Amino acid sequence: MEFTSFLFYLFAAVMLFSALRVITARNPVHAVLFLVLAFFNAAGLWLLLQAEFLAIALIMVYVGAVMVLFLFVVMMLDINIERIRLGFWRHLPLGAAVGGIMVIEMAAVLTGPYFGLDNFPAQLADAAATAEGSNTKALARSLFTGYVYPFELASVILLVAIIAAVMLTLRERKDTKGMRPADQIAIKRSDRVRLVKMASVTDSNASNLAATLDTATDAKGGASQ
Amino acid sequence: MLNNFVVPDFYPLAPEILLLSMSFVILLADLVLGKTQRWVAFALSIITLLGCAALTVMTADGQTALTMSNLFVDDLLSDFLKLMAYLSVIMVLVYGRQYLVVRGLDKGEFYLLVLFATLGMMVMISAASLLTLYLGLELMSLSLYALVAIDRDSKRATEAAMKYFVLGALASGLLLYGMSMVYGATGNLNIADISQVLYQGQADKTVLVFGLVFIVAGIAFKLGVVPFHMWIPDVYHGAPTVVTMLIGTAPKFAAFAMILRLLVYALFAVVAEWQQMLLIMAVLSIALGNLAAIAQKNIKRMLAYSAISHMGFMLLGLTSGVIGKEVDPFTAINAYSSSLYYTLAYVLMSLGSFGMVLLLSRAGHEAEELDDFKGLNQRSPWFAGMMLIFMLSMAGIPFFIGFFAKFAVLTAAIKAGHLYVAIGAVMFSLVGAFYYLRVVKLMYFDAAEDKTPLLARTSFRILLSLNGIAVAAFGLFPDAVMSLCTAVLLHSL
Repeated sequence: MEFTSFLFYLFAAVMLFSALRVITARNPVHAVLFLVLAFFNAAGLWLLLQAEFLAIALIMVYVGAVMVLFLFVVMMLDINIERIRLGFWRHLPLGAAVGGIMVIEMAAVLTGPYFGLDNFPAQLADAAATAEGSNTKALARSLFTGYVYPFELASVILLVAIIAAVMLTLRERKDTKGMRPADQIAIKRSDRVRLVKMASVTDSNASNLAATLDTATDAKGGASQ
Repeated sequence: MLNNFVVPDFYPLAPEILLLSMSFVILLADLVLGKTQRWVAFALSIITLLGCAALTVMTADGQTALTMSNLFVDDLLSDFLKLMAYLSVIMVLVYGRQYLVVRGLDKGEFYLLVLFATLGMMVMISAASLLTLYLGLELMSLSLYALVAIDRDSKRATEAAMKYFVLGALASGLLLYGMSMVYGATGNLNIADISQVLYQGQADKTVLVFGLVFIVAGIAFKLGVVPFHMWIPDVYHGAPTVVTMLIGTAPKFAAFAMILRLLVYALFAVVAEWQQMLLIMAVLSIALGNLAAIAQKNIKRMLAYSAISHMGFMLLGLTSGVIGKEVDPFTAINAYSSSLYYTLAYVLMSLGSFGMVLLLSRAGHEAEELDDFKGLNQRSPWFAGMMLIFMLSMAGIPFFIGFFAKFAVLTAAIKAGHLYVAIGAVMFSLVGAFYYLRVVKLMYFDAAEDKTPLLARTSFRILLSLNGIAVAAFGLFPDAVMSLCTAVLLHSL
């Protein structure tokens, strides 16, 4: 056995095992970590196929960004795994039977002679040609020339996802207290100070006047908010 | 494709480009618009759609133009379906305006998502490759999932959105898996190339049929036909009525285009196989839709089950294109245009019926129970008459558009030798007439419990009346619409 075949089987076996553990692990954090392992092995398989750009993108984007975020979310949410699994054993026989039949049926078709590499000479030649040069360059060329329309469409889909996420989660609270600097600067003298015309002070109403002035200042102070 | 790249012709794409740029304008305008200026977003959306319609008419020259490296096609069919889609989206916006305002849902995002959903439909309608078809479908679906949840404080709407999202994602997965199998069998993603390869008999049929099963399942999920219909009643019921109306109308045109491009254009080589699958689903949908609708007390749920049965009829037309081994273009065009005619008729009736539900609802009152229609004749004889037209047309009673649509589909089915299927379909339509006529009975023969006057804007009233009159008038001249559908398909197939 060649060394590359050995590597292929190694990566494939670890990937299958970790993919299985993703759905069987009891602890959601473990499940996410197994998913990271699965991605790493998939990246290894891509490297074996000389698709180095995809392999690096997978590690940087998925492992580096997406899965770390995922791990964050899983750690912050208190997921009750027991409650999710409620009824698991009750529904298992039916689910397993349907799934099993589907797997057998699909295997009956897919294990036939249809998907051998010999069936795709044109694609093989393409792949070989791409593997010769830098496949980052080849991918970029096709993305920005022939496939520019689907590329733009994908970006619109991402934009819709952003808009939808903001729309569904952004809540403006109406009871928060905060300062609005723009409003504070734009305030005019006439907004705050009110000149009150009053009768001249005599001894008898002096105490009344003091009280009036006090309330007037309070009202102005309150009006600034 | 790689080394001899020429800048593509953007002219056929003009409507899409206009819609996308205007969406950005609305997105930015929404930042500066206050709560009292939401009508600007509404007006801009309507203007955008009208502009797109103008551009679509300008680019419609009856020729089939491929552009963007053969990923985009502009033919008469796509122009026709796009115009219909704009029309129904405009009607949804006008009907839904007041409903949104009184519930505080008329956010700028609503109009944006509606426009993006429309863009998704346009991309689907004009797809010349499995890749663009799928991306258009995702763009449309993603916008619709978010729209269902737009009333985020409503538990029912959130649940509906979740169901729609999970099942929709599953359906997309099935479709994508099927497409990958077709790619595996033919080595092509381009629809014209796939049919070329299949025509030359180079592809392996086993793999192709294997992929076909998944594609048909994915389409059936999106269309909501039995046995992939479970999400329809819950989503129709849970979503705000405006969104229900949107889901129930314009996407049907996109779905029709998807079926036509995927099954009729690309996979015509396995027509015998997919006709059988569609036939089974059509019969089951017509049966289950009509039977289950009888038990409904909620008019949105009733219209949901009725949608399932109507989609069954639409599929029935598509199963009648090819008889035996011989492919007769005339029969095929006839059958597919009867199906297109049915889609058109259904969308018109559906817009009207949901429009009536919106007409009766007001602040704090949804008017989605059948009992809300009690004694409508005393409250507004004119609109009771409109609802009468919609219900009779949906039931397939003669001299409304619904009758001629059913007639065209059944004629095609009988010509294709599905005599017993046609008889069964008629029987179940008779069963279905019960629940449509029950609404009529409630409106005319029961006393009104709720005597609140109808508070709709003039634009709403005029458009709804026009909608009703169109359903009646197209019934008087059925041949005009039918020959239009035939001509469109004749120039595109």
